[in-house]
Amino acid sequence: MKHVLVIGAGPAGLTAAVAAADAGARVTVLDSGTGPGGQYWRHLPPERPSRREARLHHGWSEFERLRERTERDGSIDVVTEAQAWAIETTGGATVHALIGPSDAAGREALALEADSLVFATGAHDRTLPFPGWNLPGVFSAGAAQALAKGERIAVGRRAVVAGAGPFLLPVAQSLTATGSTVLGVYEAARTPALAKGWLPRPWRLLSSARKGGELAGYLAHHLRHRVPYRLGRAVVEARGDGRVEEAVIARLDADWSPIPGTELTVAADAVCVSHGFTPRLELPIAAGCEIGPDRFVTVDDDQRTSVDGVWAAGEITGIGGVDAALAEGRVAGHLAAGGDRSAIGPARRRRRASADFARRIEAAHGVRPGWTAWMREDTVVCRCEEVAYGALLGTAAATEQGSLRSVKLTTRAGLGICQARMCGRTVEELTGADPSRAADTSDRRPLAAPVRLGDLAGLSSKDDPQKGEH
Amino acid sequence: MSSIVPFESDPIRPAEPRCLTISVDGERIEGLRGQSIAGILLAQGRTAWRTTVAGRERGVFCGIGVCFDCVGTVNGESDVRLCLRRARDGDTVETQDDSEEDTR
Amino acid sequence: MRTDVVIVGAGIIGAACAREAARAGLSVTVVDRGAAASATSARGEGNLLVSDKAPGPELDLALLAADHWPGLAAELADELGGAFPDIEYQRKGGVVVATTPEGAEPLRAFARRQTELGVEAADLSVPEALELEPHLDPAVAAAVHYPQDAQVQPVIATEALLASARRAGAKILPHSEVVGPVRDRNGRLGGVRTAAEAISAGAVLVAAGPWSGEVARTLGADLPVRPRRGMVLVTSRMRQRVFHKVYDADYFGATQSSDEGLQTSSVIESTPGGTVLIGSSRQQIGFDDRLRVEVLARIARKALRLFPFLETTSAIRAYGGFRPYVPDHLPVIGEDHRDPGLWYATGHEGAGIGLAGVTGALIGAQLTGAEPALDPRPFQLSRPSLAAHLSPGGPT
Ligand SMILES: Cc1cc2nc3c(=O)[nH]c(=O)nc-3n(C[C@H](O)[C@H](O)[C@H](O)COP(=O)(O)OP(=O)(O)OC[C@H]3O[C@@H](n4cnc5c(N)ncnc54)[C@H](O)[C@@H]3O)c2cc1C
Ligand SMILES: Cc1cc2nc3c(=O)[nH]c(=O)nc-3n(C[C@H](O)[C@H](O)[C@H](O)COP(=O)(O)OP(=O)(O)OC[C@H]3O[C@@H](n4cnc5c(N)ncnc54)[C@H](O)[C@@H]3O)c2cc1C
Repeated sequence: MKHVLVIGAGPAGLTAAVAAADAGARVTVLDSGTGPGGQYWRHLPPERPSRREARLHHGWSEFERLRERTERDGSIDVVTEAQAWAIETTGGATVHALIGPSDAAGREALALEADSLVFATGAHDRTLPFPGWNLPGVFSAGAAQALAKGERIAVGRRAVVAGAGPFLLPVAQSLTATGSTVLGVYEAARTPALAKGWLPRPWRLLSSARKGGELAGYLAHHLRHRVPYRLGRAVVEARGDGRVEEAVIARLDADWSPIPGTELTVAADAVCVSHGFTPRLELPIAAGCEIGPDRFVTVDDDQRTSVDGVWAAGEITGIGGVDAALAEGRVAGHLAAGGDRSAIGPARRRRRASADFARRIEAAHGVRPGWTAWMREDTVVCRCEEVAYGALLGTAAATEQGSLRSVKLTTRAGLGICQARMCGRTVEELTGADPSRAADTSDRRPLAAPVRLGDLAGLSSKDDPQKGEH
Repeated sequence: MSSIVPFESDPIRPAEPRCLTISVDGERIEGLRGQSIAGILLAQGRTAWRTTVAGRERGVFCGIGVCFDCVGTVNGESDVRLCLRRARDGDTVETQDDSEEDTR
Repeated sequence: MRTDVVIVGAGIIGAACAREAARAGLSVTVVDRGAAASATSARGEGNLLVSDKAPGPELDLALLAADHWPGLAAELADELGGAFPDIEYQRKGGVVVATTPEGAEPLRAFARRQTELGVEAADLSVPEALELEPHLDPAVAAAVHYPQDAQVQPVIATEALLASARRAGAKILPHSEVVGPVRDRNGRLGGVRTAAEAISAGAVLVAAGPWSGEVARTLGADLPVRPRRGMVLVTSRMRQRVFHKVYDADYFGATQSSDEGLQTSSVIESTPGGTVLIGSSRQQIGFDDRLRVEVLARIARKALRLFPFLETTSAIRAYGGFRPYVPDHLPVIGEDHRDPGLWYATGHEGAGIGLAGVTGALIGAQLTGAEPALDPRPFQLSRPSLAAHLSPGGPT
C-alpha cells in the first residue's frame, strides 16, 4: 500500500488526502494549525461550538464532509499542530516536523518518509508598504478575515479595507458580520484593468459556477450594507498617535501612482490591506521543486512537480481560489496514490477552468509599479528590522547592487525573524533583483519555521526517518 | 478598538463559552477556552503589546503566523507567535521589548 | 577591452585585491559570473581570528591582518562617508575554552606557543572567564582570552572594498562568467574570455573562491582548491548575552583536519543586529548544498555545551557556503611559476574574510614590484607542501 504524505490541511490538502485514500493509499496529513480547514475554512475551535457557524463560510458542508471523512477513515491520519520545518533530500525526501503547541520548546520530533509527497501549503497575503503601515491597527486583510472567522474578533469599530483583488470582498463581509462598520473597500485596479481581466470572457467566470455565485453574493451584500466599493483607490497613509486613528485614501492612475490632490482623510481604527498573495514556497524549494517565472510551484496537468514523487496543489501553484484548490487537490491526491488518470477527468477539467480564473485575477489586480510614489524616505519596508525605504535605496545605490543577497545583508531588510516573508517580494522589486537567479530570490528558507536550539540538539542520529510510522 | 462579538448576540448561536485565566505581564486576564493568546488580548481591546528596537508598538499584523509581529514570551519561552498559540489556563505571558532604551 | 589586471571573482578577496591594485595605479577590471559580494563571502561569518592559527605562515599573515584591519576600517569609513553602511569592525576579543579536562592543557600549551610569536593571549581562571562571559557554562575546564580577535560584517566589508576600488578606477562587471583564456601564439596568457567579450590583460588574477580550481582549469592550469562545506545557525534577536567570540578548543582540530567526514565546532558570537551566529561545520562533500539536519543538530549540541541558555532560543535561519580549501591549509597568493601572467589569491578556507586585506596588499605589492610586507614565498603555488598536489606534467 502506498503511503502519501500531505503537507497542509486546507481545501487542497484535505481533498488530496481523501482522493489518495479513495485510490487505496495510506495517508498522513501534517498541518501547523490547531485544526484542519486552512485559510478558507478557518473556524472556531472545538471549545467554542456554534450552531450556525456555517453562516460564516462558503461551502461549509463540503468542509464538514471532508473533515468527517478524514476523522472516520482509518487510513487517513491528520496530525495538527505539526509544523514541518525542514526537508532533507540527501536520501529520499525526509520531512521533519515538530508536534505540539506553536513555537513551544520540547515538541515531539518526527521525521517522515513516504512514497509520495503532496505539498498544499497555501499562501499568505502580500501587503505593499505605505506610510504608517507599521502602526498598530493596520492589519493584513487576511488577518481581519482569520480573526473574524477563527476567533469572532472584530479588529476595529470603523474599518477601511483596501488593496487589490476579489479577496477584499469577503473580508469586508466578515468585518460587517462581526459588527465593524466598513467605511469602504478601496480597490487599486481601475475599471479598464478590471475589464481586461474579467470582462473579455464573462461566460468563463460563470462556468466556474460557485465562484460566480460567491462574487454575486458579495456584491449583493455590499449593496445591502451600503459599503462603498471604489475602484482606482488606495490607502496611501495610516496616521495616528501610537495607533491608527485615520486613513488617507487617494485616487490612483493606471500604474497605481497616487494622483496628487485627490487625498481624502477618514477617521478609522482599523485599516485592513492586502495586495494579493504570496505562496508558501519554502518546503517545495527545499524538496528541489522547480519554481516558475510566475513564482509558483511549476506543475503539469497532473499537478506533478519537477521532482519525482512530489505533487503540489492549491495556492502554491497559482492563486485560483477555492475551486481551483479543490480540483487540484483531488488530481494530486489521486495520482500521488497511484490512481488511474481516467478516474479524474472532471477534476482535471475543473482545474483548467480555474487556472484561467487565476490568470484573470493577475491581469486585473496584479501589482503595478506606480505604488512606490506613495512611499516616503522614512517609510518602513522591512517590518522586522525596521529598514526604511530611503535607507534601502540609498545603500543599494552606494553599493551599486541589484542583487538581493547583498542588499539584504548590507541593509538587514529581510534578515529578521519573519525571514523576508513580509518584505521579500517588495525588496526584490525595489532593488530590481532578478528572482530567477539563486542569489536574488527571497523564497528560499532552509528552515521553514524557527526551531528551538534545544529541540534541534535533541535530534540525534537515532531519530532516523521512521519509515511508515505515524 | 478591537473587540469580540458577545456570544449572547452572535448570530451564529455559540454555546456558552467556558473561561480561563492567563497572566500578562503579571496582570490576570480572563479569556475563553479555545482562544489564541492574541485573541484574548484583542478581545480586551489591546491592539499592541510588543515594542520594537525603534521603540514602536506592534500587535497582530498577518494573523496567521507569518509576520511574527505579535510574538511574546509564554511560560518563559520567547518569540512565541501569540496569534497561533492557543491559551491554556494559567499561561504566563510576558510582552517583549527590544527597544534600545529598555535596560531590563 | 584592455586592462592591466583582470580579476576573476568579486568576493572579498577579489575586492581587496582590486582596491590595492587600483590604488597602486593599475587599471583593474573585476568580472564575476554572478552578482558581486554574493557567493562565499556572503555565506560565512566575519570572524577575524588570530586565536585559531597555529604557529606558521598563516599565523604570520593573521597577525599582520590583525594590525591592518583597524586602519583599513577607518580608511574605508573616511573614504565612503556616512551614506555607506558601517562595516561593523569590532575588536571584541575571543574567549577560547576547553570543555573537557583533557582539553585544558593542550589549549594552554597552544596559547603559550602563540604568545612567543606575538599573539596576545591570557590564561583565565573560571571566575575570570565568567566575568567576561557571564552566561558561559561554569563547568568549562580552561579558558584563554585573545584580545586581538575581531569581527566584521563580511558583505558590507566586501561592498566597501569594491566601492573603494571603483573610486580608484576599477571596473566591476557582474554577471560575466569567465569561459576561457586569451593566449598569444606562444601560449602566454594575455587575458580572459567571458561570454560577452575578450578582456586582454597583463595579469589574470584568479580570486574565485572555492571555484578557483575550476576557473584555473578553464584557463589551462591546475590548482588544488576544493570546496569544504560549512553551515551556520542564526538565532532570533535577543538582549546581548554573548560578548566575545566564544568557541571550544575542538575548533583547532576541525580547522587543521584533512578528514573528509563531518566536523563541527561551535564559534558563538553576537552580531550588532542582535542575533547570535553559531557555526560552523566542516565537511568535504563537493558542491553539495543540500540541507543536513544532523549537521545542524550537532552544531546546536556543541553550542549548548558552552551556553546552556541557548536551549530555548530559536534558530530562525540556517545557511552555508563552501570554504575554498587547499590541501596544506594555506592560501595561494602570487603568480603561477608555471604560467606567467596567471596569478592567484585564493584558498583562504575559513579565514578569507580576516585575511582579505593583507592578501590584497601582498598582491598589490607583487604586481607593482613593491616590497611586500611579508615574505610571500610560503604562499606561492611552488611551495614544497603543494608539490604532491600539482599534476606532474605542469599546466596543460
Ligand atoms: C488569512 C487568509 C484568509 C483567507 N480567507 C479567504 C476567504 O475567506 N475566502 C477566499 O475565497 N479565500 C480566502 N483566502 C485565500 C485562500 O488562500 C484560498 O481560498 C484557499 O484557502 C487556498 O487553499 P489551500 O489549500 O491552497 O491553502 P490554505 O488554505 O492556505 O492551506 C494551507 C495549509 O497549510 C498549512 N501549512 C503551511 N505551511 C506549513 C508547514 N510548514 N507545516 C505544516 N503546515 C503548513 C497551513 O497551516 C494551512 O492550514 C484567505 C487567505 C488567507 C491568507
Ligand atoms: C560557513 C562559513 C563560515 C566562514 N566563517 C569565516 C569567518 O568567520 N572568518 C573568515 O575570515 N572567513 C570565514 N569563512 C571563509 C570565507 O567566507 C572565505 O574564505 C572567503 O569568503 C572567500 O572569499 P573569496 O573572495 O575567495 O570567494 P567568494 O566570495 O566565493 O568569491 C568568488 C567569486 O568568484 C566568482 N566566480 C566563480 N567562478 C567564476 C567564473 N568562472 N567567472 C567569473 N566569476 C566566477 C563567484 O561567483 C564568486 O562571486 C567562512 C566560510 C564559510 C563557508
